[in-house]
Amino acid sequence: MTDNSNLDVKDSESFRRQKSKEEMQKQLISFALMIVFTFIAFAMVATESISRMYVIPILFIMAIVQAGFQFYYFMHMKEKNHEMPATFIFGGVWAAFLTLAGLVVISWW
Amino acid sequence: MSSITATNKRGFGAFLWDYLTTVDHKKIAHLYLAGGGFFFILGGLEALVIRIQLIKPQNDFVSAGFFNEMITMHGTTMIFLAGMPILIGLMNAAMPLQIGARDVAFPFLNSLSFWLFFFGGVLLNVSFLLGGAPDAGWTSYASLAMQSPGRGVDFYIAGLQIAGAGTLMGGINFLATIITMRAPGMTYMRMPLFTWATFITSVLILFAFPPLTINLFLLMFDRMFDTAFFDVALGGNTIIYQHLFWIFGHPEVYILILPLFGLFSEVFSTFSRKRLFGYTAMVFATMLIAFLGFMVWAHHMFTVGLGPVANSIFAVGTMAIAVPTGIKIFNWILTMWGGQVTVNSAMLWALGFIPSFTIGGMTGVMLGSAVADYQYHDTYFVVAHFHYVIVGGTIFGIFSGLHYWWPKMFGRVLNETLGKVGFWFFFIGFHLTFFIQHFLGLMGMPRRYWVFLHDQGLELGNLISTIGAFAMAVGSTIFIINIVVTAVKGEKAVADPWDGRTLEWSVSSPPPYYNFEQVPLVRGLDPLWIEKMEGDGTMPPGEPLDDVHMPNGSFLPFLMGLGFFVAGFGFIYQTDYTMAYLALYGGMAFAIGCMAVRSVKDDYGYYIPKEELQKALEGEAK
Repeated sequence: MTDNSNLDVKDSESFRRQKSKEEMQKQLISFALMIVFTFIAFAMVATESISRMYVIPILFIMAIVQAGFQFYYFMHMKEKNHEMPATFIFGGVWAAFLTLAGLVVISWW
Repeated sequence: MSSITATNKRGFGAFLWDYLTTVDHKKIAHLYLAGGGFFFILGGLEALVIRIQLIKPQNDFVSAGFFNEMITMHGTTMIFLAGMPILIGLMNAAMPLQIGARDVAFPFLNSLSFWLFFFGGVLLNVSFLLGGAPDAGWTSYASLAMQSPGRGVDFYIAGLQIAGAGTLMGGINFLATIITMRAPGMTYMRMPLFTWATFITSVLILFAFPPLTINLFLLMFDRMFDTAFFDVALGGNTIIYQHLFWIFGHPEVYILILPLFGLFSEVFSTFSRKRLFGYTAMVFATMLIAFLGFMVWAHHMFTVGLGPVANSIFAVGTMAIAVPTGIKIFNWILTMWGGQVTVNSAMLWALGFIPSFTIGGMTGVMLGSAVADYQYHDTYFVVAHFHYVIVGGTIFGIFSGLHYWWPKMFGRVLNETLGKVGFWFFFIGFHLTFFIQHFLGLMGMPRRYWVFLHDQGLELGNLISTIGAFAMAVGSTIFIINIVVTAVKGEKAVADPWDGRTLEWSVSSPPPYYNFEQVPLVRGLDPLWIEKMEGDGTMPPGEPLDDVHMPNGSFLPFLMGLGFFVAGFGFIYQTDYTMAYLALYGGMAFAIGCMAVRSVKDDYGYYIPKEELQKALEGEAK
């Protein structure tokens, strides 16, 4: 392995560059998408073009997608060795969901 | 700064300074045990006052108002200031050693956790000297707390807020430690059960404490800043407090018991000289209990009027928890089955736990039945139930754990005779006190009343209960005597006094301040036992000998705690005195200033040179 170590270094370096280029692309795309989503959300509410009945669920869905972008692309949860943080984040989401569902269903409904 | 000096003879001032600035998990464990022990005695005295008041009908030992303060402070102190801190102390003492780590992930944060707990506890208790303690029950339901005159409830809010922040930090710290700092070969499914329990308890702390924090803030805004979250007259909803409290409160009771489930698993396995029966089932049962624990909070609120559907759902969920708990009870019994059982003090407490806790679990299922609960609700039956699980589980476990780990923590073995005598006093006293309370409750005696009347058939039961309480006090006193006797002339502990199975027994008692010269290599469950059976009885190193990085001690955590303590007074008194803003802003500014200092000033710690570790290793080889 010693004779071609230089080649290895070169290869891995170009591989790394390519990877980070792809990563940057993904980041930019998701960033652009988030801006678009936010714009749509504001536009939907400001123009009052869609009825209340539909606006709220659409807003919720877009919020969830945005949160997904945030976690998976900007906070790198899609990468390896992020299983534990993912478990805890989803655990926290589950606990919060239960709490809110409980309060909504039994106290305010 | 370093604790190298800790082994030298020093004056009391240096000793005190060492503990005030320590970030060593073993010394923080001592602090937690001392702090929790102090509050345990305080809570115990409050319990005695309650029982003396109820020794005979229409007694006037204390006033009704003071009785309310006693029951509130007894519950709050025992749960937040005695039970949990002692558990966190045991976790601090044992968990890093069990996973082969040199300390917790964030040693500075660990020290901050302790000092926040300490100052929160002191703040809560100085209310006795400043016009009366909290008196709205340990749950401090908003409908009652909003009506409570005086400042007692404000002290409850501020004290628990500060102590709770410390607990939350501790939980996060343990999680990070267990996830990132396990020794080579220590996979998740090779972790000792106590470490597993610490892990799952920390998850519960992480998810359960935020609702408490929010709830305390809302109550604080209502009481001190004229909001109306819980004020029905202004459109608020007082039931929300109860929901938020129990969304925290039910996981909280599992926070109190799960660490001891882990501990008992260790004790049964060690003193039966057998591998734990059903290790995998034990791990998943613990997880299942934690998971279900978040979905049953409304069983504390069956009589609130949530309706039959909600009540039924929560009743079924509650009864489901009996399944994983039952799995555990059977696994412990089967661990002992066919083992070489040694019955010493630690094992006695563990053996006493099984029937006591099972009775508590059984009454738990009874209470979980929503229809029957209408009969039991707010009677002494409930009091008997939760004392059977908390005393029969948590307190028995704490005593068992103290006997088990005392040699590791303090380098001396606790006296066996005193340990056993103390156990029997406490055990018999405990059943005398609380067994009869089931029947008092079924006869209709309500909880939290300061007197009961003549000729209702309640005299004898209450008298027996009070006698039992004194027997428990004697048992606890014998334990304290045991500590003193052991400290004065106890036998020096060897590294492995119990023929242990887990990593903490592979280092000297007490361990060196860096725990391991070389982090050990783990080859399976019960790593030390494997080496005893298949190796040379010592842990093989998992890393080459090298300089060890250690954190510096720091006085900042104490100062931060002090800052919040002063700010707490500011919050409490600002409703009446403008001058109190001085304490409020001053305390906050001081605490935040300390944080800024910590953030800006670099502290890289120090290195223990390889040569010193080499010398220590050679010393051990001799």
